[in-house]
Amino acid sequence: MDIHLIPGAIPSESERDVVDAFLATQDTWDHSPFALGADDRTVHGGHAGRNRRHLLLPTLRTVQNRFGHISRGAMNYLCERLNVPPAEAYGVASFYALLTLEPAPPLVVHVCNDLACHLNGADRLCAILTEQFGPAGKPGADGAAMWKTSPCLGLCECSPAAYVQQAGESPVETVLTSATSESILGTLRGHPVTEIDRQSGKGHPSAPQTMGAERSALRLLTRVGRVDPDSLDDYRASGGFAALRLAFEMGPNGILREVTDSGLQGRGGAAFPTGRKWQAVASSPVHPHYLVANADESESGTFKDRLLMEADPFALIESMTIAGFATGCKQGYVYIRGEYPHAAQRIQHAIDSSRNRGFLGANILDQGVEFDIEVRQGAGAYICGEETALFNSIEGFRGEPRNKPPFPTEAGLFGKPTVVNNVETLYSVLGIILSGGGAFARSGTAGSKGTKLFCVSGHVEHPGVYELPFGATLRDLLGQSGGVRGGASLQAVLLGGAAGSFLTPDELDVALTYEGTRAIGASLGSGVVMVLDERVDLQDFVLRIAAFFRDESCGQCVPCRVGTQRQEEALLRLASGATNGTRQNEIRLIDDIARVMRDASICGLGTTASVAVQSAIAKFGVFQHDR
Amino acid sequence: MFGAGGGTSSYREAEETDLIVLWGSNARETHPIYFHHVLKAVNRGARLFVVDPRRTSSAQWADVWLGLDVGSDVALANAVGREIIVNDLHNRSFIDRATSDFESYRQSVEPYSLAYAERLTGVPSAAIRELAHAYARADRAQLCWTLGITEHHNAVENVFALINLGLLTGHVGRYGSGLVPLRGQNNVQGGGDMGALPNRLPGGYDVENADDREPFERCYGVSIPARYGKRLDEMFDAMERGEMHALYVIGENPAQSEADSHRTMRLLNGLDWMVVQDIFLTRTAEMADVVFPASASWCETEGTVTSSERRVQRVRKAIDPPGEARDDIDILCDMASRLGQDWGRLSAESVWDELRGLSAWHRGMSYARLEALDGLAWPCPAEDHPGSPFLHARLWQDPIEGKRAPFHAVQHHPPADALTDDFPIRLTTGRRLDSYNTGVQSSGYSSPLRWGETIDIHAADGHRLGIADGELVRVISRRGTIEAPARFDSSLRPGLAFMTMHFPDEVATNILTNDVVDPRSGTAEFKATAIRVEKINERAG
Repeated sequence: MDIHLIPGAIPSESERDVVDAFLATQDTWDHSPFALGADDRTVHGGHAGRNRRHLLLPTLRTVQNRFGHISRGAMNYLCERLNVPPAEAYGVASFYALLTLEPAPPLVVHVCNDLACHLNGADRLCAILTEQFGPAGKPGADGAAMWKTSPCLGLCECSPAAYVQQAGESPVETVLTSATSESILGTLRGHPVTEIDRQSGKGHPSAPQTMGAERSALRLLTRVGRVDPDSLDDYRASGGFAALRLAFEMGPNGILREVTDSGLQGRGGAAFPTGRKWQAVASSPVHPHYLVANADESESGTFKDRLLMEADPFALIESMTIAGFATGCKQGYVYIRGEYPHAAQRIQHAIDSSRNRGFLGANILDQGVEFDIEVRQGAGAYICGEETALFNSIEGFRGEPRNKPPFPTEAGLFGKPTVVNNVETLYSVLGIILSGGGAFARSGTAGSKGTKLFCVSGHVEHPGVYELPFGATLRDLLGQSGGVRGGASLQAVLLGGAAGSFLTPDELDVALTYEGTRAIGASLGSGVVMVLDERVDLQDFVLRIAAFFRDESCGQCVPCRVGTQRQEEALLRLASGATNGTRQNEIRLIDDIARVMRDASICGLGTTASVAVQSAIAKFGVFQHDR
Repeated sequence: MFGAGGGTSSYREAEETDLIVLWGSNARETHPIYFHHVLKAVNRGARLFVVDPRRTSSAQWADVWLGLDVGSDVALANAVGREIIVNDLHNRSFIDRATSDFESYRQSVEPYSLAYAERLTGVPSAAIRELAHAYARADRAQLCWTLGITEHHNAVENVFALINLGLLTGHVGRYGSGLVPLRGQNNVQGGGDMGALPNRLPGGYDVENADDREPFERCYGVSIPARYGKRLDEMFDAMERGEMHALYVIGENPAQSEADSHRTMRLLNGLDWMVVQDIFLTRTAEMADVVFPASASWCETEGTVTSSERRVQRVRKAIDPPGEARDDIDILCDMASRLGQDWGRLSAESVWDELRGLSAWHRGMSYARLEALDGLAWPCPAEDHPGSPFLHARLWQDPIEGKRAPFHAVQHHPPADALTDDFPIRLTTGRRLDSYNTGVQSSGYSSPLRWGETIDIHAADGHRLGIADGELVRVISRRGTIEAPARFDSSLRPGLAFMTMHFPDEVATNILTNDVVDPRSGTAEFKATAIRVEKINERAG
């Protein structure tokens, strides 16, 4: 292939070694199209070489983790090895927030100042860091460390939070929970980072129900906080892999029937019937089929999938194997967002030990079933949670959404029929197999079946993941989580995350179902319930949402690229009082922008970028008056 | 081959084949048009093997690149043949029906085990095996070669070794399967077809065959000498012996294009008289007694060209030649009249129609048909004949039409210019995308890809010799010494160097090259020169 490398950019010996060592772990295909093998006489490139673009992001991550940035020399070398033009690789690398193309300190602390952390003092924290360490994005005096602000890290139940990247020979990726200025400054000044194990053995503090009497009613969280997430035997002792055995007995058609009968709807936010999706892929004559678990949980305020993967990782392996068996997939991918290092480690460990024990591989349980799973980690891009953007990211392209149709069931990952499911959706399948689709369909309400996880954060006594059968009200959920913290009074609830909408204290009796929320013009989304007490400056909070969308728009389509920018500008003008014309003019402009984005954006980011903003203006009157 | 001097397949077949082997060809740069057809095949899923000492830009597209030692092609091909036979992958029914001398071939390749070939070629036996199995198992396969095969002292043996593989597997004479020598210019094929060869009359007829000569003698009204003329190398030998004193050069620049330039210049200087007919005042033209400025064939003349797929295409005049430059046909007609033969004023079409009367290959190709059909591939013996996209379908007739295609048993003979301690580096020569041979036609244009002449070596050789990338170095062969900037090139391996001949005015590469020729083709061994590279200031200081 005609690759034009960056002139004069020479990789260092260690950069070569790191790339070579990583690629050597990736597959049995041990030659690269450019780099010579041990002999200098043969190169196996061509189709095999050009088919390795999907290793681009993992390779970029590896270089980033080792050296703290991706030098031009390293870029040249990995492009040679992967047969990718450097200009394209640059486009990919610059797409992701966690990849750096200019020299940077080896230690970077990403301090979340997104919605939940904002509610819990992140701004104050950042001010202290600026004063005592220096401004965000600037290396400290010794050049060894730097801090940055970050969008939501999915650690909302223990906010404020930070994500730590320590590049080096033994790279460290970890998180700081309930972060303080002391803990962050200590990390920045080189104190070793120790992860607090939140596992107690008697329940999980991030899922308060698991610590009390209600745990017997739990289906999805039943093992959370009880089983050792690194022990396959512990998982089996608590009922693990029973569903898989049963599924093999049912056969693919039996599974498809149960899942369809169950009425299970996708838990990622769109609520598409899972059975229909599976049927479509299973019946496609085009092969191979792929399965993707969407664990790019990036919606502000969402952290349920992280908890499931960290506390009960084997259940994902089991449910994916069932899904793969039912839909004729031999290869599954788990795409985990880059800011979830512990979930990725747990899942990788679960994959390795499952494969080792015959629960994955060429002949699972001696049933002649072939299925395996690969972990792919993101690198900081909200948009990659959009399923087609996620495919592009896995394939080694910029994580930009594709136009639909064709839908993933027809042409998804690598252009093949693909089942892509949210993590919680997959976990729900285990119960359906064990108790039957009919039993599942009998729980919940007419339009919403089964149980649902809710991510409760903000000003509540006990933030965390809660599992409730469909039909419970928002008031029930707030009651379970201890009510507004410190006895303060409730100002608003953000339901569904940054792409969701604000509810007033008068709307607490809404049933948390798909149909119930729709009836009041809201949506469940991914299950975010963020509680804002009376002291919150809602206008500030809405500005943070607008900034989030402006920042996370991938820039591919004009309505979203321009619209998110213009929306924030209009809100900032309203906030400052320097409006163009009257306030009503500006609000009409925001409505116009919202309509354009909703009608013409390629993906859901653009179509929902104004929902929360508009609901705050309409229901709470923010930005309507001078302050 | 098999009695017809041309590639067997159409370009279109390259797009619809399953496996393409480029052997001794950097088509990506030297046959970019053909390579576009290759890329279409690759994008459709065809596999590409590239056999070349250098990891060229063509090799970078390959599924497998085999980096053999320069001049070990016969050993590699014989090992591929043996591997195919040993594994019973040869096409027995084709061999039985359409070929001869298989048994002697089988015996001749017997010594070339994978291990032995690995020692001779440097290519790991696993890769040789992979090539053999891929080629033999492919439903359709195209085996293509260029100067990497033919610019050797054993060029004809190299070609036979490859043709043997086509016969062994039946990859010839069927749609999509063929043996394709890629021609270096748009009209190399046409030049030969028109009789610009010492042993052929137009249309491929044999000069020494009276029956072949007779129609030409009748048409021309003169008798034609009944023996082969001299090849270029034989002309130089005749000059050396003092038997040749005058030279008429049309569209060639031998002063710079021939191997061992020192000798070439001495011989050309020793001529009594030389005429050069060319579109530029080349180095050769500068030495001439008379220069005929000619027109550029691609834009200033009417006529035809014939491509590597034997397709005859019309060339149309777009502009008048500048100054005193004239059409080649006009110049030749005037020459004839000064020599006492009045040919009158001939048009390109009337010359073509005369050819059609003599050459069965071209008989059906009227200008009108060439125009209407965007060209025709020979043989095209009649006006209702559709032309022949691929040759030798006769080999698949049962029983076959005409002669059987013979195997030619050949043996490995390393390059004539041996590597020794004094000359430890193997220099091979070639061409780059944006330049053309000695630069007569290309050096007048600038190119962003061009960096002038360099001696390309592997960085390890540079470090060993204390040479920096870009440093001017001395390059010495058994025939001469030149100076050139060194350029580190990762497509080479230690011990292998590369130069072009695109900039002979700055760096006369052919002072180094060896003029030992293949006794049958007369082509010099441009591809294999033994050299050493020296640091200049070291000697000086």
